[in-house]
Amino acid sequence: MTPSNSNPAPHMLPPGHLGMISVITTEVFFFASLIVVYLAYLGKSISGPLPQDTLEMGLVSINTVALLVSSVTVVFALNALRKGNNTRFLLFMLLTVLLGAWFLVGTAIEWQGLIADKHLALQTNLFGTTYYTLVGFHAFHVTFGVLALFFIWCCGVFGWIQKHHHQNIEYVSWYWHFVDVVWIAVFLVVYVIGR
Amino acid sequence: MTNALPTLPPSKFHEWITTVDHKKLGVLYMVTGFVYLVVAGCEALMIRWQLAIPNNDILSPDTFNAFFTMHGTTMIFLVGMPILLGAANYFIPLVIGARDMAFPRLNAFGYWLFFFGALLLYFSFIAGQGLTGEEGAPNVGWFAYAPLTSTTFSPGSATDYWVISLFIAGLGSIMTAINLVATILTMRCEGMTLMKMPLFAWMMLVDAGLILIVLPPLAAIQIMLLLDRQFGAHFFDAQAGADPLLWQHMFWFFGHPEVYILIIPGFAYVSEVVPVFSRKVLFGYPMMVAATVSIGFISLGVWAHHMFAVGLSPAILAYFSGATFLVGVPTGMKIFNWIATMWGGHIRFDTPMLFATGFISMFVLGGMTGIMLAVVPMDWQLTDTYFVVGHFHWVLFGGLIFAIFSGFYYWFPKVTGKMLNETMGKWQFWFLFVGFLLTFGPMHMAGFEGMPRRIYTFMPDRGLELWNMLSSIGALVQVFGFLFFIINVVWSLRKGEDAGDDPWDAWTLEWSTTSPPPPWNFAETPTVASRRPLWDLKHPDDPDWKYE
Repeated sequence: MTPSNSNPAPHMLPPGHLGMISVITTEVFFFASLIVVYLAYLGKSISGPLPQDTLEMGLVSINTVALLVSSVTVVFALNALRKGNNTRFLLFMLLTVLLGAWFLVGTAIEWQGLIADKHLALQTNLFGTTYYTLVGFHAFHVTFGVLALFFIWCCGVFGWIQKHHHQNIEYVSWYWHFVDVVWIAVFLVVYVIGR
Repeated sequence: MTNALPTLPPSKFHEWITTVDHKKLGVLYMVTGFVYLVVAGCEALMIRWQLAIPNNDILSPDTFNAFFTMHGTTMIFLVGMPILLGAANYFIPLVIGARDMAFPRLNAFGYWLFFFGALLLYFSFIAGQGLTGEEGAPNVGWFAYAPLTSTTFSPGSATDYWVISLFIAGLGSIMTAINLVATILTMRCEGMTLMKMPLFAWMMLVDAGLILIVLPPLAAIQIMLLLDRQFGAHFFDAQAGADPLLWQHMFWFFGHPEVYILIIPGFAYVSEVVPVFSRKVLFGYPMMVAATVSIGFISLGVWAHHMFAVGLSPAILAYFSGATFLVGVPTGMKIFNWIATMWGGHIRFDTPMLFATGFISMFVLGGMTGIMLAVVPMDWQLTDTYFVVGHFHWVLFGGLIFAIFSGFYYWFPKVTGKMLNETMGKWQFWFLFVGFLLTFGPMHMAGFEGMPRRIYTFMPDRGLELWNMLSSIGALVQVFGFLFFIINVVWSLRKGEDAGDDPWDAWTLEWSTTSPPPPWNFAETPTVASRRPLWDLKHPDDPDWKYE
């Protein structure tokens, strides 16, 4: 099995890379399904309230900025960890968690307004059904991401995070970037095209 | 002196339920799959008993609906998927020269999700009645079309059990797929470039990729259905402006690739068995890889051929009809490659090869009826008749089940260290083969006569009695085939001949280690230089790597 002209070992990535890419691939098709359904049902709702009556750009724009910035801060955090600057790492990690949490609180406030003032709930009409499902599943993913990042931050506070954990935390950051990109798609579909 | 409590040697039970070893998990998957095969077989027998004669009343219409739903759901999700993923779990690390899968704990988690998801589906028989006293088990068909699944038409909680159990089992499948992709792409032994992988690994890579792409849409619509049923959402509610056809589009976007997810591993087993039993190199390896990848891609664009009768526009009909014909091209390439491999070979008709040739011949015929159904006017005539039932059983039974048995007889010696009995294996093959022809052949005729699928009985004097009686007799003949199988496995495990490391004089890496393999698979991770590393080892004077 070991002849003289044995081929060199194929250049292989760490398994974690492929694992995370696979997770994100499968999630992409999950959100693609929700978005396709949202677009297929756009304007099909028989009764109101409709997107143009309910959705407003103000709060959601601030939320969007928060989420986009959090994708940058997580990169800063990782760079700090790679250089062994633990204080800086914890600071930017906390900032990321807070920005993610801000997005969630902002969404909650927006939904509160939609439900109480605009009388739009999941059961109200087809628009409500598709809107809350799409935005809700994204928010659910953000929640998971915030919890994961918060867990890492806590571990960091207790001094359990070492330089060699860099790779694993980077995988969490890939997930976080993915959640961010999905939000850009959801934002475009729901708030830009959908209105 | 130590203060620790005396530790007992871990029990076998404890060892199996806590294992993260890919071989043990593979065995768990396959055993679970074969148990559900018996369950689904019994459901099918009840269906054939009910349909043996006109106006029979063995099963009530509701029970009949539950039985065909559970038969289909079980065969696809609880038999096909676990056996195929289990075999991949067991053999992928072995054929690529790795010591385990990339993520062993994720692997165990995936199995147990599948295990409990499957239990949940069958729990519905006793718990699905809900508060309304409706039929226990799901009875909406395995593709659960909207709006039949709305609470109006399916009260009770049977449909919710269907949704939740398949969602959980599906999560397990996705985790296994993630593991397979990562393992195949990053854990290959030294020298094994992508184009030196055994075809088994290539085909499972494509298979895992398909799972990653098409299971999420199923999960998404299952969640939507659950929101509709439990939280008053309107995804499939035509009165709110929704389109129930959306379910069909989304379901078949999953459902059509799903049948390829089931059959591609079948291709994989046959691609390993045919060369070994023809004593030749597989003909056209690069073409096989290309054909598998193309089948994967094309399968994503043919879903609406399940929906020709719902009123699609002519352009869409033409596209989906044409795309479906296109699948025949790469599939035909594979068939010719297998035949060319056998051509001029020194063929040994041991049981694995019998099943493999059974697979090739029957799969060709099943493919032909598939092409017939892809012709739109023909489909309008035959849609939802027994012709369709005959067609997909031809590919999934005559194709997949035969391929599974081919692989089973081929690799059983590796997994257990014992050979299966050849005589009983041949009896099993011939009983299954004749029973299969007798069961599913007449279904095509009943379909031509206009017998719709999923009806619990039929009238006399419509020209259907003969075909249905023949199908039911065929089902009984198959029972003998399965009995031979079970007896053979039990007998061989106790008294079978010792297999040795390499009973078939095969060429891939799994045969280079002991039978059964040690927990670490390979004492030294192997280095390969060709697609047939064991040939190189056995014939140092004329190794394959000189020619590849």
